[in-house]
Amino acid sequence: MSSKAARNLRLAVFKFASCDGCQLSLLDLEDELLTLADKVEIAYFPEASSKMKKGPYDIGLVEGSVTTQHDAERIQEIRRQCKMLVTIGACATAGGIQALRNWHDVKQWVGQIYAKPEFIHTLATSTPIAKHVLVDFELRGCPINKHQLLELLSAVAVGRKPNIPTYSVCVECKRRGNTCIAVAQGVACLGPVTQAGCGAICPAYGRGCYGCFGPAETSSTEILSAHLLAQGNANDALQRSFRTFNAWAEPFRKAST
Amino acid sequence: MSRVEGEASLAIRLKGDQIRDVRLKIFEPPRLFEALLSGRHFSELPDITARICGICPVAYQMTSVHAIERALDTTVDPSVRLLRRLLYAGEWLESHALHVYLLHMPDFLGYPDAIDMARAHRTEVENALRIKKIGNAIMSLLGGREIHPVSVTVGGFYKVPSKAELEVLIEDLKWGLDQAIANMRRIGQFEFPDFEEDYEFVALSHPDEYPFNEGRLISSKGLDIDVREYERHFSERQVKHSNALHSQIRDRGSYLVGALARVNLNFSKLPEVAKQAAEDAGLRIPCRNPFKSIIARGAEMIFALHEALRIISVYEPPASPSVPVPARAGSGCAITEAPRGSLYNRYSFDENGLLQSALIVPPTSQNQKRIEEDLWTFLPPLSSLPTNELARRCEQLVRSYDPCISCATHFLRVNVERE
Repeated sequence: MSSKAARNLRLAVFKFASCDGCQLSLLDLEDELLTLADKVEIAYFPEASSKMKKGPYDIGLVEGSVTTQHDAERIQEIRRQCKMLVTIGACATAGGIQALRNWHDVKQWVGQIYAKPEFIHTLATSTPIAKHVLVDFELRGCPINKHQLLELLSAVAVGRKPNIPTYSVCVECKRRGNTCIAVAQGVACLGPVTQAGCGAICPAYGRGCYGCFGPAETSSTEILSAHLLAQGNANDALQRSFRTFNAWAEPFRKAST
Repeated sequence: MSRVEGEASLAIRLKGDQIRDVRLKIFEPPRLFEALLSGRHFSELPDITARICGICPVAYQMTSVHAIERALDTTVDPSVRLLRRLLYAGEWLESHALHVYLLHMPDFLGYPDAIDMARAHRTEVENALRIKKIGNAIMSLLGGREIHPVSVTVGGFYKVPSKAELEVLIEDLKWGLDQAIANMRRIGQFEFPDFEEDYEFVALSHPDEYPFNEGRLISSKGLDIDVREYERHFSERQVKHSNALHSQIRDRGSYLVGALARVNLNFSKLPEVAKQAAEDAGLRIPCRNPFKSIIARGAEMIFALHEALRIISVYEPPASPSVPVPARAGSGCAITEAPRGSLYNRYSFDENGLLQSALIVPPTSQNQKRIEEDLWTFLPPLSSLPTNELARRCEQLVRSYDPCISCATHFLRVNVERE
């Protein structure tokens, strides 16, 4: 009995500035959740359980970006507690939509919302986890794809490398059999520069990819930008299209400035 | 976002059996949504506001598109309206199933979580997950994925399903309806703490239907207003211990939104099966016991399943998935019923359709003050309990509000200080 328990991975889930959606993906694995719980010890997952076991953990999933001094310190301790640290989603991996503050004066933003800004403690920037500690693996997406999460956990459990492709959305769009909406309808689509993983859902639903899985490994944003401008897209609209959930990821940040 | 639900703790100070202070502290780091939306084109807003909450992205998308369509004077096709109700039904079902079965039910049955509960009640938890999955299946079918679906746009949808594509859901929906009704019998057997408060319930109310997207905002104490009058009747106040603003009805104080408020104010609009199941489970209108919100959510799950079946049976695809929406200057607001209660958005746009200002009031900031007030009356009779037990009871009361997954559930740290 105890040998079985000893083999089980100890999993922890941590939340930083985020919407909760990526950790919800774990609970959205309706068909696999109970089987997973037999194989993996869910030791710390406050969203789902009031049983909060102390570290160390074999694998820590981190959702959200760092936006407070307290969180900047907390991630250091979490890193010490986790053998393997995985960021889940655009906030943890790239800073999230809240990283738009990085181009603005955050004090002015806080003053715009709160009558007493002095009560609010927040950093001037929203930064990805990897800016603060070593990250062993990242799962992209806003939100992540739950099947990629399952693949990651299964791979780690048996000690193999997870099979998470780093090519662009175009590859899975072709595979899905979609007609290319960029070519056929002239729709602005970030598919060529965005990492696969969503299943090319936006083109399948008749709209351009909006880049929620962040930059693909080799993404020529300059070529795409030149093409979109030549097609008649306005410069400011193009800038905004890169400034969403992965705005602070290097290639998108450059493409939008 | 300045008022997002998220990380919270509850600080209680007691002297003997007297409460000195109760504070629900929300220290979810502010994400400053209202500021970051500034300058965005209206067409980008539904995708961005969805990211306020991964548990109820559809609520944010729906409130956004309705507020924008009012600002830009757009009317959508009746079939689009139906599909929006169907999408919302999917979200209610998913969100309520998550809370009722996986987060709230373990409290009544004495487990730390659903996974532990599954060791003794495997079939029940499997069935619960299957119901939750039906909600997600609706959202995935209409929106491409369950969290942050991609098909909603101002003026309609990027793509709409054929009738045959929707009919694939029917068999599961029928199974879910029977199962949700059976589960209500189980819920009716739970022991509910004897606790009632004189709430002012606030929710949308529509003449012909149980409310999702439209209606007047009414209350159990006589409020009956057009959504455009919202800011004249409600105000927000910042308190030092919370990053979420507290809402109140001007000159009156706290109020309650969410499933319990909706069921109290709209009981007659529920389908017969939902009414019957709620009554069989022991719900009587008015129901002022917050712990019985699990029955209200159960009734709304039955409604959502029933409504989804009704919509699929009458649905015919619209002539076009969306109507064109030209940019122009304007302001508009909307309230829709998120799983956790009324959600208010107001936007102003310049002549190019770029956002000039935004106000977003989520359900949890509206319930915050009410939660604190509940604790002032709930606590004194329990003050002699051991601190751990006292903390557990308080946590259960707060959880019954389903304020938001991370603060509603178990991240809540209860600090009891005795003088």
